[in-house]
Amino acid sequence: MSITPDLIREKLIGGLGAIHVDVEDTSPNRCAASFKVLVVSPQFEGKPLLQRHRMVNNCLAEELKEIHAFEQKTLTPEQWEKQKAQ
Amino acid sequence: MNNILRLTARCLQSGHHRASQSHAWARLMCSTAGIQKNLEEMVKKDKVVVFMKGTPAQPLCGFSNAVVQILRMHGVDAYASYNVLDDQDIRQGIKTFSNWPTIPQVFFNGEFVGGCDILLQMHQSGDLVEELQKLGIRSALLDKEKES
Repeated sequence: MSITPDLIREKLIGGLGAIHVDVEDTSPNRCAASFKVLVVSPQFEGKPLLQRHRMVNNCLAEELKEIHAFEQKTLTPEQWEKQKAQ
Repeated sequence: MNNILRLTARCLQSGHHRASQSHAWARLMCSTAGIQKNLEEMVKKDKVVVFMKGTPAQPLCGFSNAVVQILRMHGVDAYASYNVLDDQDIRQGIKTFSNWPTIPQVFFNGEFVGGCDILLQMHQSGDLVEELQKLGIRSALLDKEKES
C-alpha cells in the first residue's frame, strides 16, 4: 500500500483529533518518499515541542518505516490562529 | 528490539539451526546491545552532540545542513558530530536509541532535543539561546544584539 497525503491526513485527524492538517508531498525534492506536514490539534496544548512531535511520530509509526524524509510543524488551535493572522 | 525478537523466533523456528546461523545471531545480539551502550556514552561525552549525514564542514543533506547552520549562527562550533553515513550500525542504532525515526538528531547534555524542525523552531522562538545558556554556552546572537 503506497503512502499518500490523504492517508497521512486521515491518520492524523483520527489519531490526534487534528482540526487542521496540511500534507505536502515533498518527494520530488528528495530521493524517496518524503512528506511535510502541518498539524493543528488541541491535544498539543501544554505539551513541549518534542512531546508533540513524538505524538505525531507514534500516530504515523507504520508509515514512517517507509518514509525517507519527514518534516513536521505542530500547533495548537490558538497558535494556528495567531499564525494565520500574521 | 522487536526486530531482534523476530529474528530470534525465525532462527528457532527454522529448524535449520546451523552453527554459522547461531553465531551470526549471537554476533548480532552482542553488537546491537553494544551499539546502544556506545551511543549512551557518545551522547553524554560532550555537551552538544549531533548525529548527521555528512560532516559540519560538508553536510550531505539539507536537514543536517540546517542544524549545522543554526548552531553556527549561535557561535556553537565545538560540538561532537557523528556521520551516520559512515556507519550503518550507528545510523540504525541512534534511531532505536532515541526512538526517533530520522536524522539529524541533536543532544544537549546527553538528552535528546529533537531534529531539524525542533531546533529551527527553538531558534526562532528564542528557546535555543536559553537552552544553550543552561549548558553554559553563550549564544553569539546575544552579542550580536548588543552590537546593533
